[in-house]
Amino acid sequence: MESSSNRVEPVGKKELSQLVSGFERKLERELPLSIGPDLTEIAVKREGLVSARCNKESILKLARLLRDKYGFEHLSLISAVDWRDRFELVYHVRSYANYCMMEIKVPVPKDDLEVYSVTSIWKGANWHEREAYDMMGIVFKGHPDLRRILLPEDVKYFPLRKDFQLAEED
Amino acid sequence: MDLWGISYAISDILMHIVYWIFSGLLGLLPDPLGGFFDGIGLWFVSPGVIAFITMLLEALIVIIVALLNVIILIWVERKVLARIMDSRGPFYVGPLGFFQNIADGAKLFVKQIIIPKKADKFGYQIAPIIFVGSSLLILAAIPLSADFAVKDATGATIPGGILFAFAVFAIAPFSILVAGWSENNKYTLIGGMRSAAQMMSYEIPMLLTVASVFLLVGSFSFGDVVNAQQNIWFGIPLFLGLILFIACMIAEVERIPFDLPEAEAELVEGWTTEYCGMRFGFFMFTEYLRGYAGCGIATALFLGGWIGPDFLPGEIWFLIKAYIVFVVFVFIRGALPRIRTDQILDLGWKRLLPLAVLNLLIAATFKILGWF
Amino acid sequence: MAEMWINMGPQHPMTHGLWNLRIKVDGEVITDAMPEIGYLHRGMEKIFENKTYVQIGPLTDRLCYGSSFTWNHLYCMTVEKLMGLEIPERAKWIRVMAIELQRIASHLMWLAAYAADLGLLTGFVWAMRDREIFLDLLQALSGSRLTYNYARIGGVAADLPPDFERDCLRAVDYFERKLKEHENLYNGSKIFKMRTVGIGILKREEAINLGVTGPTLRGSNAKIDIRKDQPYEVYDEIDFEVACHTDCDCWARYIVRMTEMKESCKIIRQTLQKMPKGPVRVKTPMLAPSGDAIGVVEDPRGEGMMYLIGDGTDRPYRLKVRSPLFVTLSAAKSMLLGYKVADVVAIMGSIDVCMGETDR
Repeated sequence: MESSSNRVEPVGKKELSQLVSGFERKLERELPLSIGPDLTEIAVKREGLVSARCNKESILKLARLLRDKYGFEHLSLISAVDWRDRFELVYHVRSYANYCMMEIKVPVPKDDLEVYSVTSIWKGANWHEREAYDMMGIVFKGHPDLRRILLPEDVKYFPLRKDFQLAEED
Repeated sequence: MDLWGISYAISDILMHIVYWIFSGLLGLLPDPLGGFFDGIGLWFVSPGVIAFITMLLEALIVIIVALLNVIILIWVERKVLARIMDSRGPFYVGPLGFFQNIADGAKLFVKQIIIPKKADKFGYQIAPIIFVGSSLLILAAIPLSADFAVKDATGATIPGGILFAFAVFAIAPFSILVAGWSENNKYTLIGGMRSAAQMMSYEIPMLLTVASVFLLVGSFSFGDVVNAQQNIWFGIPLFLGLILFIACMIAEVERIPFDLPEAEAELVEGWTTEYCGMRFGFFMFTEYLRGYAGCGIATALFLGGWIGPDFLPGEIWFLIKAYIVFVVFVFIRGALPRIRTDQILDLGWKRLLPLAVLNLLIAATFKILGWF
Repeated sequence: MAEMWINMGPQHPMTHGLWNLRIKVDGEVITDAMPEIGYLHRGMEKIFENKTYVQIGPLTDRLCYGSSFTWNHLYCMTVEKLMGLEIPERAKWIRVMAIELQRIASHLMWLAAYAADLGLLTGFVWAMRDREIFLDLLQALSGSRLTYNYARIGGVAADLPPDFERDCLRAVDYFERKLKEHENLYNGSKIFKMRTVGIGILKREEAINLGVTGPTLRGSNAKIDIRKDQPYEVYDEIDFEVACHTDCDCWARYIVRMTEMKESCKIIRQTLQKMPKGPVRVKTPMLAPSGDAIGVVEDPRGEGMMYLIGDGTDRPYRLKVRSPLFVTLSAAKSMLLGYKVADVVAIMGSIDVCMGETDR
């Protein structure tokens, strides 16, 4: 089996279909059926990586499904990105048994910054969500202890937003 | 080396000088002032006063010898420990780094003394005094040879010398508790209590081991114990006792592996945290002093004291054996990690105490068989 | 004594870095724990958005100064994935060799700090002495002892210096012999076992759910290693074992790290044998395409990851760093409950804290 380290992404559809194992194909087929219209743009980017886009209402349902039915037991990373017209949360979850990682992008509109917290499903999300709150200001509903983690408690701004003015040396 | 003899000679000279000042010079004044001073001068040369001054001088000489030994011991420890750790130890100040301790002491002298505002002033001041004073007092009981002992005019040493030494040894936990509490710091309180608990629990196996020696000798005097070892050192039949005694002594002196109360990584020097400058230096120094005293007692009880071939005086043999025991302490320090407090107490009460009782039974067996 | 909150840190000789551990104690037993970080936060992710790809290279070294080559390499790998660059074979082999040298140096520093915490000062000095050899090798490669900037986008900075293979083999042979001495010092010591066996137990399911990775996870009976599960560079052509241990305590983590050091020696030997000749660097474009890329590596402390979003300019739009210790520290509460205050040192030491990557 050719290793994925020599692959550069994205790949052509014909080569991909020879490499990708049944598990990624299964996800691509079954997840839209279980979640419905909230899950869009699911694609197998390369062998071992499936990416999808999900609305923030269904993220908890998707997380529970991934963990319980498909064995995605390890949450690697929750990143928060500021796209100037919206925020976006990117979840990376990994299934050790199936050698597969799933990348879920959740858009968060700027006027409604509340998202469900997935700490009830993966306890490792606790500090990742605190950091997303600290740096971007996204509030997680149902988080056991949502406080600032890297900055002091009394700071009022959210530094990683694109409209945060840095003190430039000009 | 006859300690009484030397001290008597010095005291004699000193008192005669004083006599000459009073009776010789001031006694030349007209009466009744002259007679008054003459009487005082004569009083100074009376045997009682000379004996008293002799005993003071004996104590002074013993303390000086002990302090010199402790400084050498600290140097020995640093060098040997460094070699175990594959480095070199002090080598810059003085030949082979011998004067490094003096440099460290000088550094501690010039530090600024900071006393915490809410510290209990009386306890804070008096704890080091009790600690250092009681540790120096142990040395009064330990003779370096048959003649090099603190004696009085009739030639008798402290009666019950071993008992006296251990009684004074046990004053220290009290002063540690006072020190730990009076610094007004949560951590030092915990450290002080742990230290006191450890020291008190290791007293018991130690005293049981001493009791086994007492069983074989029948007297608490150091001289008698050493004289009873003319044929064979007690360390050989009572080998278990020797090992136990060394282990308990390491716990009493608070060295690694038993030094959790002052562990750097956990409680930042434990009960001595808030002491600065030379007060802290005194605590560290006294730990080595107690180590020296402990090694001395171990030598006297188990390793034959000052008995040895005649080409070296008895005092040197005693010191050589004490140094060897101390080097064993240093090896143990270099090779072992720290034990947790509850494991230390566990070890003391559950393992060493039964072994000490076993040792006592072995000694009793030897006594019954008539071998001693 | 009533229950009280104790602060261990931020100024504390044990903590190895700048963080605060608040524990609630009931007498000697711990009933709650709350690590507090953020004292070393330098705003690296914001800095990354304002610097060019080349300028970010030296900065990534400072993410974790204990094992800086790993982060350097992770960053270069991620950027190469974004740009679609294919680097020469020789560069991949050199990178793997440098990664394993760095892994040994990092584990030795952990060993030195752990021994010093537990009171075994001899172990501290011995581990630091052996670490010097590997720092010398890395200095020959890159020019500096702690932050290398040796991996560049497109390969490595320069080829191996002359006689490097000979020196490296000598060092690895010497180290394998010395490792037995280290093992005698710890494995034979009953006191070390008393301090680490049965302490800080973290069961497998809980560890995976908490997101713990690295030697902490492998010590909890889970044979998971990124180098085998998702091989990068040339790890699929190298033959080595994954260290794993069934007890879930501090002793298991210690054994896992010692075994990893031995396996690293094997890997280094294989790279020196199999390295092909050729160039070590390719020319890189200045602008990166729009898109995103992830790079995952096995840091000595766990799973390190970078998520990079490019926007067609010469600066990244967003570079997010996943630090393994960020997540493992959050699992501190599960590892500390029910143990005594004196065990905090042993447990926190066994997860190898380095604040640079936790706080960024």
